[in-house]
Amino acid sequence: MSQGFLSTENLPFCSGCGHGLLARSIEKALQRLDHLTPLDLVVVTDIGCIGIIDKQFNAHTVHGLHGRSVALATGISMGLSNPEKKILVLLGDGGATIGLHHIIEAAHRNIDMTVIVHNNMLYGMTGGQPSGLTPCGFKTSTMPEGRPDSGMDLVKMVHGIGASYARRIIAAGDLTDVLEEALRVRGFSLIEAVELCPSYGVKFNPGRKLAEITEGSGLAPVLLRNESAEPFHPTLRGNTESLLNDVPVPAVEFGHELSGKVSIILAGSAGEGVQSTAELLAQAAISCGLYVTKKGSYPVTVGVGFSLAEVIISTEEIHYTGITGIDAALVTSVEGREKALARLEKMGAGMIFIDSALNVPASGAEQITRDYRAPLGARSASLLCAAHFVKRSGFMPLEALLKALSSSRAGRAVDTGKLEQAVEGLEREGGAK
Amino acid sequence: MGKQTAFIDGSRLMIEAAVQAGAEVFVGYPITPANLLYAYSSRRFPIVLPAPDEITTLQWMSGFSAAGRFPVTATSYPGLALMIESIGMAFMMELPMVIMLVQRLGPATGTATCGAQGDLSLLHGINSGGQPVPTLCPSDLDDCYNLSAEAVKLALRLRCPVFLLSSKEMVMTLQSYDLSRVSPVERVKREYYSGPEPYLPYAAGPDGVPPFLPVGGIEHQVRLTASTHESNASLQHSTPGALENTRRLRFKTEHNLHEYTRYEYDKRNPDTLIFSFGITAAAAREAAASLAKKGKPVSLIIAKTLFPVPPDYLKIMEGYSRVIIAEENQGGQYREILFGKNGRKGVSGVNGIGRLISPTEIEAEVEK
Repeated sequence: MSQGFLSTENLPFCSGCGHGLLARSIEKALQRLDHLTPLDLVVVTDIGCIGIIDKQFNAHTVHGLHGRSVALATGISMGLSNPEKKILVLLGDGGATIGLHHIIEAAHRNIDMTVIVHNNMLYGMTGGQPSGLTPCGFKTSTMPEGRPDSGMDLVKMVHGIGASYARRIIAAGDLTDVLEEALRVRGFSLIEAVELCPSYGVKFNPGRKLAEITEGSGLAPVLLRNESAEPFHPTLRGNTESLLNDVPVPAVEFGHELSGKVSIILAGSAGEGVQSTAELLAQAAISCGLYVTKKGSYPVTVGVGFSLAEVIISTEEIHYTGITGIDAALVTSVEGREKALARLEKMGAGMIFIDSALNVPASGAEQITRDYRAPLGARSASLLCAAHFVKRSGFMPLEALLKALSSSRAGRAVDTGKLEQAVEGLEREGGAK
Repeated sequence: MGKQTAFIDGSRLMIEAAVQAGAEVFVGYPITPANLLYAYSSRRFPIVLPAPDEITTLQWMSGFSAAGRFPVTATSYPGLALMIESIGMAFMMELPMVIMLVQRLGPATGTATCGAQGDLSLLHGINSGGQPVPTLCPSDLDDCYNLSAEAVKLALRLRCPVFLLSSKEMVMTLQSYDLSRVSPVERVKREYYSGPEPYLPYAAGPDGVPPFLPVGGIEHQVRLTASTHESNASLQHSTPGALENTRRLRFKTEHNLHEYTRYEYDKRNPDTLIFSFGITAAAAREAAASLAKKGKPVSLIIAKTLFPVPPDYLKIMEGYSRVIIAEENQGGQYREILFGKNGRKGVSGVNGIGRLISPTEIEAEVEK
């Protein structure tokens, strides 16, 4: 047998165990596959009695964790993506239970592999406890009265979700033909081989035979195919573009009047362009040769509720990106105001630009109230407020913001000329209240 | 080249550098605050796959790695918790991969959108047996790029999983950044076992790192296992050869640590040292600069290799009567890893949760 897939006929299983019968049938079935050599085969084993067989294979072997063998094999199958290689997974009903969703996922994607579930209806390595595939009435060490409900129909499940081939057999006699058929399938093939554990199965169910146990308990032999299912292989993309090629690099074309740094918060609602406005402010500042940081904050349901952004603009490189004292707050909605209120009330100086529909918070900051929603619509409220702030504070030219806007995606929706006019209009409305 | 200032986040730099270094597969499962890493990966990686959960993620990655393709994922604590058994498997099988871990406020689901540095104790003891998993920790955008490439290189060099540890602020905050600071990364050349002798998957030379060979080749049989094993991967209970192999797993990460010990050390004061890393490094840098401006310079270490703990840190700290360790967690996890529950005279921490540690807090501790 040294030229075969198994290195020995002396397998490490109890006398009378179906695992040995299956292993010898697997050897014969593999021998029938044209041109397949042991090193064209990758055997992935699970934890459990069947898992210790990898030592006996002349193939590549990967012995992983309990229940994860099918997921591990999925990675190997996709990684190799080579139809000339065979991926064979050997696991028990315990592994199939704990790793059920790995089997379902691989079957759904129709990953190219053959999975043999050695269903001896209990956990043989740990004392004979019941698994998800234990049939109704079958007695086990921790369920001596027998399982009261039915076990899962694994074959029906993997068929239902798209596997090319799913079959349940009774582990008796020569199984070579069946195994060969499964191994020849392109895509996902699974065989559930029902066995009787000679140690615990026989002990707790004396006198019962496999045929009788499987009959009427949902474990009767069955073959289910999805004839047209194609195996899944991941798409390998050649030259994807560098992520550094598509970021805007604004030219430094404006001056500035900033000394030190300015910390700004923008407080509005989802859909008002708060985050994009904060980024436009940043792009504008970069075009003035300044350093910037920006972070956003919003509820996990991003399309609703408050939207808060923090922007720091500085003449020097910024390390710490937290805001300790706010120099300017741009408040455009009730939700934004509420979210930022505690911080607004702490402002001892600086400026608060706030929509005229909102209650002005009590603080030591200069308050500038305007209708930021009407001139360009609610969706541009934050942008108009920011433009007004830039114009009023004068630390960088409004042109820098307009240029950033016209270079951005948002610029397609907002006319820079109209924005400039609206800012002029707000300025004409008068001084601070 | 002049300055090329763009407005970017650390995620973009991490993914770009990883791909340039040779990472090929990104297996993703969505989790805040690591989603940007997944988003950039979906544009940049040669293969991107959505896994149904984080256990599957690590298993698929291990399969890809066993097949010779370099995998990466990004997650946060809840995902890491599911991955841990499989990370141990990948460590035991000696499969190269990078796990980008973005810390958020715990315990449990905690606050998904709040940064933290609270996973250090967990990472320190992540393997049953205590074998450290190499962990690099970027302190700024330069590091996001450079250490990401280095993580790929290190995983291949040591043949094991490597953590790239960050926090929400590092991967999500946008910052003006001069792109002329980054240079193209040379793709790591993978080396495989070749030779007439049968391949022993866990037979290592003096550096403790066994040569790698993917499964599926027709020259040599490859065996991989997560169970205690000897150099030929044969499962053993506790034979001398098997226990020696288990010891080697610790040895290889510690023996070669000098190759990947990365930190900045600015010695400005013989008595007082600020030590920080990751997202708190920025505050430490600002505190040190501010103190220098006031005429009270301090020394500063920004640690970038966190695990295994480089002996350099303790050696340098021995020379200082005052050491202030700043980290965004409760109680100072890394400080405890360095000095134990009893601590050391003169060593104190600046800690907090739910917010960035500020430069003023660190300054105040120094000036106390």
